[in-house]
Amino acid sequence: MKILVAVKRVIDYNVKIRVKADHSDVDLTNVKMAMNPFCEIAVEEAVRLKESGEVTEIVVVTVGPKAAQEQLRTALALGADRAIHVETDARVDSLAVAKLLKSVIDDEQPGLTILGKQAIDTDNNQTGQMLAALTGLGQGTFASKVDVKDGTVDVTREIDGGLQTVSLTLPAVVTTDLRLNEPRYAKLPDIMKAKKKPLDTKTPEELGVDIASWVSLVQVETPAERKGGIKVGSVDELVDKLKNEAKVIA
Amino acid sequence: MSILVLAEHHDGHLAGSTASVVAAARQIVDSSGGDIDLLLAGEDVGAIAEQAARLDGVARVRVADHAVYAHQLAEPLADLLVALADDYSHVLASSSTIGKNVLPRLAALKDVAQLSDVLDVVSADTFKRPIYAGNAIATVQSSDALKVITVRTTAFDAVGENNSAPVEAVATVADNALSTFVGEELAQSERPELGGAQVVISGGRGMGNGENFQLLDGIADKLGAAIGASRAAVDAGFVSNDMQVGQTGKIVAPELYIAVGISGAIQHLAGMKDSKVIVAINKDDEAPIFQVADYGLVGDLFQILPELEQAL
Repeated sequence: MKILVAVKRVIDYNVKIRVKADHSDVDLTNVKMAMNPFCEIAVEEAVRLKESGEVTEIVVVTVGPKAAQEQLRTALALGADRAIHVETDARVDSLAVAKLLKSVIDDEQPGLTILGKQAIDTDNNQTGQMLAALTGLGQGTFASKVDVKDGTVDVTREIDGGLQTVSLTLPAVVTTDLRLNEPRYAKLPDIMKAKKKPLDTKTPEELGVDIASWVSLVQVETPAERKGGIKVGSVDELVDKLKNEAKVIA
Repeated sequence: MSILVLAEHHDGHLAGSTASVVAAARQIVDSSGGDIDLLLAGEDVGAIAEQAARLDGVARVRVADHAVYAHQLAEPLADLLVALADDYSHVLASSSTIGKNVLPRLAALKDVAQLSDVLDVVSADTFKRPIYAGNAIATVQSSDALKVITVRTTAFDAVGENNSAPVEAVATVADNALSTFVGEELAQSERPELGGAQVVISGGRGMGNGENFQLLDGIADKLGAAIGASRAAVDAGFVSNDMQVGQTGKIVAPELYIAVGISGAIQHLAGMKDSKVIVAINKDDEAPIFQVADYGLVGDLFQILPELEQAL
């Protein structure tokens, strides 16, 4: 079975963001970028499925600027076999990305597609669900366990209040949650080998996809800063403050 | 035009968050006019429909009662919403794991964008939502004919329950050959639900292990609190993911939030910084959590927690 993994280049997890002075967007100039953490989990899951023999080929895809090829190379170093770069400098929303990924699925016909549940920049949590809708496939979102069977996949999902397991007809779309696995680090020899693995570049125009969005970003603000309060010296002082000053406990 | 709100229910009860989604819908109709309908989909949901009909501002409750909707799976719910959506200008749901699962699917099927986690209604087509773990707030304007929106319910005060809206059956039965419900493991707890609790006490990596989370039990009992955790504590395997508070977990805004052994990574702050009063207990007096805490107590949590339980 062939598996398709979609990844996104985002601001590094540890970077504190700044809003541009003109409030047009977040300032990403000279900011460290990385693969979205949930996408790393998706790549890891694909590699594990290949190691266990359920998957024969891993194709990794991204939508983004030229520099996003770094993240494709990372995925190739981690174990993906080949990469597809849909190159665009435009601000693409989740629906546009889902449409682009649909055209890749139409072309590649993977048995399973895995994405991160959410990118840590826009925090949308939409692309996997939209891709499943556009391709007419079942969706196993927020996965903490993926069990590929004959013609179906059981996905255990992290839901409010616990876990839910659904069985999906293959092909299907899965999005990863935190506990699905712990991603490995790429080894230096694999990073060197990844440079020679095939990487195809396509454009939205070549794929025949209109990436226009009907949602405009009006402005971006920094949220009101919460001010730090005081340090108390003892449990008794804390309880007294909560009762008599903040009045949040009886 | 009118608004359709997807009602959410668990275990035979209407989820409290639905009343907050209706509150957000009310702010939209206040500026644009129109009615608010509630869609309740599930199996044997008659009693829940009665609860839903009491929510203020609801014009009617539309009930799709069929086995195919039994577990509120995304595929049949999205198909049902597609069948109904043409009568509405907006479809709203809570940004719960159900809303986040279903609404993007609906939006794509209708070829429109979806707006996630809306926390402020500026007008009928303009909304504010958090990006970058809440470290920036984006104002977005949608010119799509149908606006599909998940709502951050902690940002809207629930509507009252003094209504008696009419209840009408919806005959649409979706066909679902894509997904089958296999099973569920729900945490059994007498405690309030994390998202709606008035008091939340959360443990982080400083708790050391999962067993030590029991130190929070007595305090939670006395305060009627829900128990949460930081992503670090979930990552370390101390507790289950449904307890996670933060960017990728639950967003809470209780009256009182007590962070124990939590350093205060931005991803955690994203999930709790709108709490009314924040208490931090940490042995590291430089921990970033103290920068957002109203009351900080520096010290060993293994001494402080039993003392606190005593003092309450």
